[in-house]
Amino acid sequence: MSTAAFRTVFGSLDDHRMGSIEIIQGEARHYAFSNIFDVASRSAPYEKVVVGLNLGYVIETLRAEGVSPWYTAAHDEFAISVDSEVRVDFLKLDEPLADGEGTRLAGEQPKGRPMGYVLLKRGHQALLPAGCAYRFESARPGVLLLQTIKGPLSVEKWADICLK
Amino acid sequence: MAMLESLDTSASFAADEVEASLPDAVTGYRAFKLGAFTLSRDEYFVRIQWPAKGQERSHLIPADAFLRATMRDVAWGFFYGWVNFDEVIGTRNHYGKVDLYAGTFNGVLREAGVDYTEQFETPKIMATFKAILRDWTNAGFDPFAAPEETGSAFGRKNGDNIEAIERFRVATRRMPGLPDDSPLRNDLPVNRQFVDVPQDEPEIHAAEGFEGELHAFNLYKYLSRSDVTWNPSVSSVCKASLFCPTTEEFILPVFHGNDRVEWFLQLSDEIIWDVADKDDGAPRARITMRPGDICAMPADIRHQGYSTKRSMLLVWENATPNLPQRYESGELPPYPVEF
Repeated sequence: MSTAAFRTVFGSLDDHRMGSIEIIQGEARHYAFSNIFDVASRSAPYEKVVVGLNLGYVIETLRAEGVSPWYTAAHDEFAISVDSEVRVDFLKLDEPLADGEGTRLAGEQPKGRPMGYVLLKRGHQALLPAGCAYRFESARPGVLLLQTIKGPLSVEKWADICLK
Repeated sequence: MAMLESLDTSASFAADEVEASLPDAVTGYRAFKLGAFTLSRDEYFVRIQWPAKGQERSHLIPADAFLRATMRDVAWGFFYGWVNFDEVIGTRNHYGKVDLYAGTFNGVLREAGVDYTEQFETPKIMATFKAILRDWTNAGFDPFAAPEETGSAFGRKNGDNIEAIERFRVATRRMPGLPDDSPLRNDLPVNRQFVDVPQDEPEIHAAEGFEGELHAFNLYKYLSRSDVTWNPSVSSVCKASLFCPTTEEFILPVFHGNDRVEWFLQLSDEIIWDVADKDDGAPRARITMRPGDICAMPADIRHQGYSTKRSMLLVWENATPNLPQRYESGELPPYPVEF
């Protein structure tokens, strides 16, 4: 029996290899198949590219590079770092957003009290609590997944990112 | 279980509705009646019998495959839509009632008129499936594990493995590790195939006065310690949007036909999905997913995954209740995106 160790393969901006669809009947585009590292490699920093859409709910891929704007939402959102190290700063807003769905810009200098920050490495997940503002910062290009609802900042460009 | 609502799956629930025979004198296993269906097992096979066209019909499934499939159906509370144990037998969830069918979603058997479906109240079929698992799972066989991790399902009755089939169901309200929410998995060992996955937790630097208000955890560490395979468990909740990651090894024990669209995001390693028509089982596509790949499973297909190495998969569900009717009526297209 081989004693070679198991190696768990993760993807990254610099190292990913997209899978494939072998069609027997139907069309490949119905599966909306993309690769988040491929998407992030072709995105502007913090462009919120929709890679999953389910009746208004979305998964977005963000290229984390430099400092992002301040964001907020009226509901919980979640971020997972899937490549590189990302810092997330939080503000307890004096006037939290009460209504609406999806991520909003919180303005240049949102009014609120600093809650602290978390440092996310690959595979780490953070809660982005409803009513807070948050901001990402990454010293070198990384990739984030966002679980949220489609909002004014969500960018859909399926034809550019999906297998056809 | 990847649902927001929880179902009582305790062993005693509706136990009085289970129709079981005495143990067979040779094999030691009980047989079970569920409406017009009879389910029995021997050393190698589970036999399912039903009436059609004035004759008794039957179908055999290897005992290990049957127990793996039943384990998922029970743990998931019959899940979303169709749970096909194989190309003949399966269940369809109506959320309160459940269909058990034989051949109904097999193009050839249905055409021949030899298929059969019967609907049951959920507590009755759940109690019966649980009783079957308890009786037919021998000591040393864990139907939640990958084949390399567990013993044999075959042979005559030999003890039981109640602990394996009664695992605590993870019901996450917001995110694991929060106060009053599902726990992290620091007390579970790292799976042998994930020993190279970093186990460091994120650094949380809360400002004074906000201690405990910031929350983050290592999702890959959490997954590396999953003690079951093919079991989507909720790890974050954004209204009806549920992230349900799971660790996969060997074959998904069922061919899942969803009553809604779901999405897969491959977090590590590789899975190959066989995709077929939901109604008649005709093959449609074979999809290879590598790390970072994300793809939709349309609402009119069934799928079964193959994973050689234990891999991390994010299953993404929309738990909104009225979706099956909206897809079935044609109000919603089976594909999530037109482009």
